[in-house]
Amino acid sequence: MMNQIDLSLVDWSRAQFALTAIYHWLFVPLTLGLSFIVAFMHTIYYRTGKKEWEAITRFWMKLFGINFAIGVATGIILEFEFGTNWSNYSWFVGDIFGAPLAIEGIMAFFLESTFIAVMFFGWNKVSKKFHMLSSWFVAIGSNLSALWILVANAWMQNPVGMHFNPETARNEMMNFWDILLSPTAVHKFLHTVVSSYIVGAMFVIGISAWYILKGRHIVFARKSILIAAVFGLIASIFVAATGDNSAYDVAQKQPMKLAAMEGLYDGETNAGLVAIGVLTPNKEPNDEKDPFLFSIKIPNLLSALAERDVNAFVPGVNDLVYGNPEQNIPAVSQRMKNGKLSIENLRKFNEFKKEGNEIEAAKSLAIFEENYKDFGYGYMDKPEDVVPNVPLTFYSFHLMVALGFLFILIFIVTLYYVYNDKLKDKKWMLRALLWSIPLTYIASELGWIVAEVGRQPWTIQDILPVSMSTSHLSTSSVMITFAMFAILFTVLLIAEVKIMLYQIKSGPKDL
Amino acid sequence: MLVLKKIFNFYIDGFKNQSKSSRKLWIIILIKLFIMFAILKVFFFKDFLKSKELNEKEKSEYIINNLTQQNDEPN
Repeated sequence: MMNQIDLSLVDWSRAQFALTAIYHWLFVPLTLGLSFIVAFMHTIYYRTGKKEWEAITRFWMKLFGINFAIGVATGIILEFEFGTNWSNYSWFVGDIFGAPLAIEGIMAFFLESTFIAVMFFGWNKVSKKFHMLSSWFVAIGSNLSALWILVANAWMQNPVGMHFNPETARNEMMNFWDILLSPTAVHKFLHTVVSSYIVGAMFVIGISAWYILKGRHIVFARKSILIAAVFGLIASIFVAATGDNSAYDVAQKQPMKLAAMEGLYDGETNAGLVAIGVLTPNKEPNDEKDPFLFSIKIPNLLSALAERDVNAFVPGVNDLVYGNPEQNIPAVSQRMKNGKLSIENLRKFNEFKKEGNEIEAAKSLAIFEENYKDFGYGYMDKPEDVVPNVPLTFYSFHLMVALGFLFILIFIVTLYYVYNDKLKDKKWMLRALLWSIPLTYIASELGWIVAEVGRQPWTIQDILPVSMSTSHLSTSSVMITFAMFAILFTVLLIAEVKIMLYQIKSGPKDL
Repeated sequence: MLVLKKIFNFYIDGFKNQSKSSRKLWIIILIKLFIMFAILKVFFFKDFLKSKELNEKEKSEYIINNLTQQNDEPN
């Protein structure tokens, strides 16, 4: 069944989407984070009226503008891909995906587009208060835009508030608020946008550190670092808390993803959390190999985080694939049978409807709906197909978490040195701060890899696998557009970096 | 009317008084949008279902067929 669409087409479509999403996400987090930092700086300028804060606000606003200009509309390419490469999926999700994206378009247009012009053109043209407020509206507008995209993504991870119409093959929204306020959506939004604030904060700190290293704009740099480090520290602590909530949600809704994140093959009570670990290469479900070549675990912590109970059972890959009757976990083989039954009765239902045989159609519909929760499993060839890439998910997750804690430490140490006016003497620290900028981007991208690779093979959890989501295109056409995107985005990225570096080297107006 | 004129002049002034870098950014934005909408969207990213010229009912049938046509009989 999985071979009905050429797997190389699926893989190329998937690679193309991953490429465009990863590139798009290089621009987004800085927009989300830097917009708020600029708004804070602008507010300080508004309240104090000091020229030095005007120069600080103008400089970071300029860098925000460069990133915004280069990144704007790169996300639209993802929407192109939905219509072209993922037509089965686009039709299947119906207005569940369309409504949030439409709201996002309207909000982005009215809030960002309107106020961004006031923000950049408004110096000495509009009242200082309105000008300052426009910076806040841009920040809020950018973050609200992200909300709707993340709600749509959260629905794919945890499809709630919808009903599948078997006659139109589309999902129909039953309850907008269930979709908007599902725990998956709330945690995903908070974790994602606040983690972006860390990118913005480290960007400001790293560039300011470079100025101090060069002995330029010291006052400007010190004040910028102070604002960004406070903002970054609050954000990084909040990210740890929302990360915990997200992991709890994953444990409830996507236990296979959690098992992959932890390299957990055999479920355990009092499960420990892997602090450091090296996975055994080529480990397969149900083989005799130890999952780890080396690992250090914190006892009971995984049970506590996943179930809020240190004694709780956390299922592993083998439990989820082959079933665990003691823990009431069904085997995938059973879910595959249910899924095939559901798919078969979807076909029969539509045939009986065409023939006008309402009685048989009603019977097929009942069987279809009874088994719909396992619909997507009907497309699997074998139970092991539901296991994502464990090494990629595991290492991405652990590296992301390690970087998250490193950022907390960096912000604390930075604040300590800035507060005591010792930062300019700590060359090693200044260099470390500069090189921490790419680390925040890496952590941010790793978060998406955990979220998206960890939920494979699903486009919509348990309902629609990736292999059934793609359009029947030629693989070569997807390969060509993949190459075109790679070139286009790389050129854009080079342009952004060059213009940014030019502006950074030019520096702010002297204070 | 006066308000509209003020807004219009605000934008015109803003664009006129941009720095060299800002002008460069606008050129990049316009080239990017041209590539995306006039080349990629038109020649490479046609809506797959629209390109089949199906009505809504036929689109549903097409997708249902895709989803169900090769399903193995359940055991």
